[in-house]
Amino acid sequence: MSRARLTLARRLVDGLAATGHYLWGGWGSLASLCLFFALWEFTAQRLGSLILPTPGEAFATLAGLFASGEAWPEIAITARRALLGYVLALSLGSLLGLLAGLSVTASVMARPIVTLLVGTPPIAWLILALLWFGAGDGTPVFTVFIACFPIIFVGAMQGTRTLDGQLQAVAQMFGLPGWMKLTDVYLPHVVSYLFPGWITALGTAWKVVVMAELLATSDGVGAALAVTRSHLDTAASMAWIVALVGSLLAIEYLLLEPIKRKVESWRNFA
Amino acid sequence: MSLNIHHLAHRFGYQRVLEDIDLHVAPGEAVALVGPSGCGKTTLLNLAAGLLSPWEGRVECSFRRPAMMFQQPRLLPWKRTRDNIALGLKAAGQPRAARHATATALARRMGLTEDDLDKYPSALSGGMQSRAALARALAVQPDLLLLDEAFSALDIGLKSELYRLLAEERDNRHCAVLMITHDLMEAIRLADRILVMAGSPGRIVAEHRVDSPLGERDESWVFTRTAEFIRWPDIRAAFALPEYP
Repeated sequence: MSRARLTLARRLVDGLAATGHYLWGGWGSLASLCLFFALWEFTAQRLGSLILPTPGEAFATLAGLFASGEAWPEIAITARRALLGYVLALSLGSLLGLLAGLSVTASVMARPIVTLLVGTPPIAWLILALLWFGAGDGTPVFTVFIACFPIIFVGAMQGTRTLDGQLQAVAQMFGLPGWMKLTDVYLPHVVSYLFPGWITALGTAWKVVVMAELLATSDGVGAALAVTRSHLDTAASMAWIVALVGSLLAIEYLLLEPIKRKVESWRNFA
Repeated sequence: MSLNIHHLAHRFGYQRVLEDIDLHVAPGEAVALVGPSGCGKTTLLNLAAGLLSPWEGRVECSFRRPAMMFQQPRLLPWKRTRDNIALGLKAAGQPRAARHATATALARRMGLTEDDLDKYPSALSGGMQSRAALARALAVQPDLLLLDEAFSALDIGLKSELYRLLAEERDNRHCAVLMITHDLMEAIRLADRILVMAGSPGRIVAEHRVDSPLGERDESWVFTRTAEFIRWPDIRAAFALPEYP
């Protein structure tokens, strides 16, 4: 009991340490971020706050939105829709992609359909979704799903297609049972193809959900952006954009990257 | 327990790679296949291992635990060396602690340190990777060991060390060996029987027995025998060497 708890605590500490270590390695990124804010400040001062508010103004407005309790519910709604569509695309795309990769015929057949899906702009899907699902959660969730699905599908399919025949021979020779082939040979390889797809799709989900909300719903960050636009409230627009990008960065760098580094630790020694 | 190959022929597409192969490996026997590059040796070994199905003929293997050491080490890059060595044991359902103990003991004998065992294969040198690959094959206590030019990329010091380990293993547990090599010295040092293959399509053209026990085959004996061997007309023909003056 206590030993189990100890292992859990140890794992937690290890996880936190990994995240901290990763952030500590981010001084270079921090410097480039500061440069970006300096450029923003400079441009804002030249153009005036109606066209582009300064970072200070944007963050102050954002702080105001949080303080008044206006921000959290909208962000939660948007995150719910984005994550729902994303998780659907992630599970279905990964599964179908892996299966399609197992057969040459399926991969060849899937290729033009994937090209079609990738080529169709999300805004076109949005129009269709509006017709099918109306104004509600269905529209943004579907649009996110359909925008993310092909990205993840292609990654998963490439993962199985590029499996090393030599390692498969090793698996056969040493009589690995089916589940072991999956966990010890296929998955570790496939994951290195899946992760980039997952991360790209997450960014796409965040962008697409706002676009869908802007046109289709009356709540969420996208709808809030529509309101600030109609009020010509540039500072609030920037504040919402900052909130959006901030939440995306938080998920990507605090959650996905540490997982990726843990799963792919064997690469670091190459 | 034996490996019997009858009347085997194989082709890739329309290209005939092997023709009319008959081969027998008895328990505890070491058979070497020597021949020029591209004569179908590896294909024959893959057929014997059951990794390929023959086009014609029969492959009957009644050995219970065959294991193979491939031409490249082929370790799983995402597993630490210890887990790589224990791969076959894990497949056989051995619990973690037991298989790690076996792997560690075996790796020690191969000259791998505790530190090496915690590393991923990419952090090991080529020689270390080969030792780990041999350890992985020996870990399952095979009764037939298939070697596909397993030592061809190693320096002579490491080669003789691995030869010694292999000889030890055969002494202890009488495992049969079917090995491919283009190195005549290696064949003469390790094998009881040497089969000479010639190419396009691959076939067995000659057979020679080496009767001296393994323990008596010292360096100078191997050199002398190799020098004799290379003068024989069937060997010279198989490797496309000019006739011996």
